[in-house]
Amino acid sequence: MPEQLITLGLIVIKLGLIFMVLLTLAAYLVLAERKILARMQLRYGPNRVGPFGLLQPLSDLIKLLTKEDFLPASADKWLFLVAPGLSAVTALLTFAAIPFGPPLKIFGRTLPLVVCDLNIGVLYFLGLSSLAVYGIALGGWASNSKYALLGGIRGLSQLISYELAMGLAVVPVVMMARSFSLTDIVMAQADIPYILKNPPAFLIFLISIVAESKRIPFDLPEAENELVAGFHTEYSGMRFGLFFVGEYINLVILGSMLTVLFLGGWHGPWLPGVVWFSIKVLAICFFFIWVRGSLPRLRYDQLMHFGWKVLLPLALLNVIVTGAALLWIG
Amino acid sequence: MHIWRDISGTLQPFWVTLRNMFRKPVTVQYPEQHREPPPRYRARLILTCDPDGEERCVACHLCSAACPVDCISMQATEAADGRRYAAWFRINFTRCIFCGLCTEACPTLAIQVTNDYELAGRDPLKLVYEKKDLLVDHCGQEPDYNFYRQAGIGVAAPRGGNQTESAPVDVKDLLP
Repeated sequence: MPEQLITLGLIVIKLGLIFMVLLTLAAYLVLAERKILARMQLRYGPNRVGPFGLLQPLSDLIKLLTKEDFLPASADKWLFLVAPGLSAVTALLTFAAIPFGPPLKIFGRTLPLVVCDLNIGVLYFLGLSSLAVYGIALGGWASNSKYALLGGIRGLSQLISYELAMGLAVVPVVMMARSFSLTDIVMAQADIPYILKNPPAFLIFLISIVAESKRIPFDLPEAENELVAGFHTEYSGMRFGLFFVGEYINLVILGSMLTVLFLGGWHGPWLPGVVWFSIKVLAICFFFIWVRGSLPRLRYDQLMHFGWKVLLPLALLNVIVTGAALLWIG
Repeated sequence: MHIWRDISGTLQPFWVTLRNMFRKPVTVQYPEQHREPPPRYRARLILTCDPDGEERCVACHLCSAACPVDCISMQATEAADGRRYAAWFRINFTRCIFCGLCTEACPTLAIQVTNDYELAGRDPLKLVYEKKDLLVDHCGQEPDYNFYRQAGIGVAAPRGGNQTESAPVDVKDLLP
């Protein structure tokens, strides 16, 4: 019995740690984004609350919690209330399958540094990333506002333009690793990460996850100078906060997926695995912020055009070429 | 080839933003750092004195008539020597839009703008400035002008007694 209790306790500790780290990271990513964007625009960014503005996330949280939780009169009440949670929960759930370090030896047992090593981890990620758009679509629809509705519809049609390419960009990785399990995929990259073995797949996946994160240049669902705030126009207080936090958790998770699938996960010289994983994820988060500071928003039809006519054929071609190469090598 | 132009057009902004990230921000950190506004900046209004140290304002109400938001009010009165002045003079800075039209209307250059822009406060009633708050003991931006020594009114000097004036014509000296 105590054996099982220790196992259970370790799992609970692991869950709690992941939960805390993810939420804190999401909150501080907001600050980091504001700071880095500001420096790119020759400003300072938030620097009033605490030293270097480090308490800004806390004051933002207090502000969001104390604001009125407004429900529009003609909104679909239950869907309106559930949608932000859907957006945040799907983002949090995705992290369950992501291995963030090599297995740890503790109390004479091996503790895998992943909440749940699913043998279909890749499919789990793809499934949850499709579910996440329900938060946006339902939130936009339930608000009963034309801007929110347009944002929700855009979110859906954006999903069908990039998701196919994203799925097909993962296929070569699965073919090379011969496994759907994310841990096995990381193990298979012990020598050479897949970014070097298959750069086209990496590029297609990178562009797709920028679209998946709904950020500039693909932030059509919340295009603020066309749609007010898109799908969360009618949301206020902590419900808006959930959408917001969900977006940044999603950022961390997409960075983790990119790390796991293409950048060799926790593999790296000298430093411990968890540190390497964090460095890679944070570097990708910086890249996302950098993209936001550099590129303008694409037009709606340009994204569809790009997704269907450029990314999808490229991804298909890449699958065929990779398959042929694998057959040839044997 | 369009595609190369597109790709380079997509990559160039990254270099621009990265380069700017390591430059010094141009922001003036306001409460700690102050920027001196230009001398002709239009902010807080003052009532100036002439070079003799007397009040310039003659309470002609032209400023309050020119004011588009009606934030200037006063009561005119006259001293024993015939000099007009304002018994009370009030500018409501919660209304003032700092357009400077009052200073253009003023015939005696009494009301003038300064570049002191830090007027913000929590109590709106403290922004209603009375004459004692507005009156200063210097000439502002016009150090030489003295209305009573230019206008030919026999208050500060007898009629025609100023340097720029000739003595009044005695219209009766041509009479037979």
